[in-house]
Amino acid sequence: MIRRPFFWIIGLVIAAFVALPAIGNDVQMRESLALACVYITLASNLNLMLGYAGYINFGSIVFFGLGGYICIWLVDSYGWSLALSLLAAGIGVSGLSFIFGLGILRLRGPFFALSTIGIVEGVQAFVENFGPWGGSSGIYISPQVFQPLGGSAQALWVIYFLLVAAMGASLYLSYAIKTSKFGLGLIAIGQNEDAAAILGVPTPRYKALVYSASAFLPAITGGLYFFKGAFIQPSDAFDLTLSTEAIVICMLGGQGTVTGVALGAYLYEELRGYLLTTATFSNFQLVIAGVLLLLIVLFFPSGLMGWIYSRFPRLKRVLE
Amino acid sequence: MLGILASIIDGVLVGLVYGLAAMGLTLIWGVMDVINLTHGAMIVAGMMALYLLVSALGISPYLTLPPVLIGGFFVGVALYWIAIHRMVGRPPLMSLLSTFAVNLILIGVGTAVWGTALFNVELSLPGITIGRYTFPGPHILAAVLAAVIAAALYVFLHYTRIGKALRAVANNREAAELVGIPTTRLLAISVGVGVALAGVSGMLIGTLFPFTILSGDGYQLKSFIVTVLGGFGNPVGALLGGIALGLLEGLVTPFVPVSWTLVIEFALFVLVLIAFPGGIFASRRGAL
Amino acid sequence: MTAILELDRVSKRFGGLQAVHDLSFAMREGEILGLIGPNGAGKSTLFNLINGVFAPNTGKIVFTGIDITGEKPYVVARHGLARTHQIVQPLTNMTVLENCTVGACFGRENLPLSRARDVAREAVHLTGLDDRIDMLALHLTIAGKKRLELARALAARPKLLLLDEVLAGLNPTEVEHMIGVIHRIRDSGVTILIIEHLMQAIMSLSHRIVVLNYGEKLAEGLPAEVARDPQVVEAYLGDPKLAEQLHGGAAHA
Repeated sequence: MIRRPFFWIIGLVIAAFVALPAIGNDVQMRESLALACVYITLASNLNLMLGYAGYINFGSIVFFGLGGYICIWLVDSYGWSLALSLLAAGIGVSGLSFIFGLGILRLRGPFFALSTIGIVEGVQAFVENFGPWGGSSGIYISPQVFQPLGGSAQALWVIYFLLVAAMGASLYLSYAIKTSKFGLGLIAIGQNEDAAAILGVPTPRYKALVYSASAFLPAITGGLYFFKGAFIQPSDAFDLTLSTEAIVICMLGGQGTVTGVALGAYLYEELRGYLLTTATFSNFQLVIAGVLLLLIVLFFPSGLMGWIYSRFPRLKRVLE
Repeated sequence: MLGILASIIDGVLVGLVYGLAAMGLTLIWGVMDVINLTHGAMIVAGMMALYLLVSALGISPYLTLPPVLIGGFFVGVALYWIAIHRMVGRPPLMSLLSTFAVNLILIGVGTAVWGTALFNVELSLPGITIGRYTFPGPHILAAVLAAVIAAALYVFLHYTRIGKALRAVANNREAAELVGIPTTRLLAISVGVGVALAGVSGMLIGTLFPFTILSGDGYQLKSFIVTVLGGFGNPVGALLGGIALGLLEGLVTPFVPVSWTLVIEFALFVLVLIAFPGGIFASRRGAL
Repeated sequence: MTAILELDRVSKRFGGLQAVHDLSFAMREGEILGLIGPNGAGKSTLFNLINGVFAPNTGKIVFTGIDITGEKPYVVARHGLARTHQIVQPLTNMTVLENCTVGACFGRENLPLSRARDVAREAVHLTGLDDRIDMLALHLTIAGKKRLELARALAARPKLLLLDEVLAGLNPTEVEHMIGVIHRIRDSGVTILIIEHLMQAIMSLSHRIVVLNYGEKLAEGLPAEVARDPQVVEAYLGDPKLAEQLHGGAAHA
């Protein structure tokens, strides 16, 4: 994989994300790129299920929210370091997902998709009634937690670089899976699950594995995101908006491609930012997402990368 | 004890309305293997139509039923042409995404215009009192109307030409085309009917409980649960499933805080689907 | 005789329909066994039972000495059993090579990706799809898709290959080519269980024949014997007099 050019292309993107805001100490750019990191991370990991295995996870936000909760809870109630809490969040959420996954992935495509929505609602209801996690009021963490990171200003930079790391890891993960035997099996499942099983692909295990793999980095990103804001509550942690936007980004960029997701995230963020400054209601965010998704599904199901590949087929050798 | 019985009976009454809602969903599912993710939005549309017509025209709430039914039909046909027509024959995930997209648009516009305001439709209808327990008038009337519409749907499907053609298309689309049935038109009609049912059930629910633009999701989930209980593509099963769900709610609500009801129902949904991946009655397509 | 596959009183019913009833037979390693019978006799169901798509209601299926009754398809595949389908099931948006690589990766030898690609190429070559190796499966003709189905099964390097009407829908030239391929497969040591309606082909290819009717074994034996069996003729053709013609055509087993 290191020998392929795409590996270095991803590296370049990561380097750009690190260098650009750091060079000018540009806080505004950093914040905008931080959001891009979150989108790219969520969308790449969602892509593992959607683009490779062909399963839509409408409720991928649950990884993000639960990761956020576990991280904040460990930092706040037990004084754990950020690094350890993030790791615990990642492992905890992907472990839970593997177990859940074995169950709900027995459901075929559409039913699985529906049950993912219900899982979010179920987890949200649970958290809202869960005392130790602040119930529906949530958890505030004290600014003290930023001290070990060098104070609040510096902490924001540390968090940013960690977000970039998570994004980079997500892109590399997508790439590594896509070019592996595991990925081949997943894509076969996405094409024709029954045929794949007959060919020997161990479908239940692969589906559960990819589902839990797709939970790890979003959980860590959730931990970082809410830690940064020093506050988490159920209505934010389990807001279906983010996971919906991740789906739109996947489809916009081209499901099943690594490049597409990054491109799609960038484009979507630009579009959203532009449109929201001209429209007055924040609810239009979802209307825009909806219109975009409808247009893509109806007319451009292969997304941006599909269009690019049809114009420049040579690029297929270089990009993924 | 009697209190629980009363709660159960009331649950069954409400359950009939859930069943009606689910019939709309299961019809579209059965005829063309499309899961309509705008179902919740259409239920809300029915609720809002009720509210707007009543407050604008001051008419009796129940008089809004015919316009909602007819309007819902045309909205459904439009939905077919916009989001579903091109998806027929493509992987089912695609129609999930396209109807999901339309749902985003509708709910987005709805919340932009009305926000999360709570709407309530004023009704005074005498109920039936037995001993200490009163069964609210609106519940009884809604149940009766739901049952009547469900019966009408049954007659439509089994005793009219269009209804029979619909069942043929549900059973085997290619064969139906071969015998000269205009399948595209029928697919559009089935979506029209499905959405009309969703809208009407929304209107009826609006006479029972207060609602917001976002209430649709909860009722959509209930419709899915009922569909799973009753079998896909099986309207009679949907009605029975609705009654079963209502019964369950009647049993559970006296003991459990309201916010947990949906969680329990959803857990049931997932568990049932895991045990019976095709739904309890696992009826093959075409059980219409 | 080393029995590579043994079926012992296998039955399967679907609701009111008894698809397969009390079926028993065994296959020798290295032979080609032909499975014939009128439409609806339960042949494809039998394949589905053997490779794990359905579990039988009663009976046992033993493959290379291992009891595979009711095992999931991917487990059976790993033991070294591959099949083609009557209605082809290509992985549509993947290339011919990728399709075969899936077979090679997840089949008996459980190969790593790079080695699997080489094995896949061999399978593509054996079935004559070299000129289309990088073509998407969805762009292949029906004949091409049938070859892909076979190539993909071969790439799994199976010990037993189940062929379900692999000649259906092919023109005479293509049939001849495919028969040649099947001979080459047999020569490489693969045991073959084949369902086919093209009588000439299956009678000439098979060492032995099993005849199914209404889910039960009607006859079993050498092609010539089976062709003469009046019960078989009646089940298939309804007219015992046509047995002579069939006998004449199948005299080269």
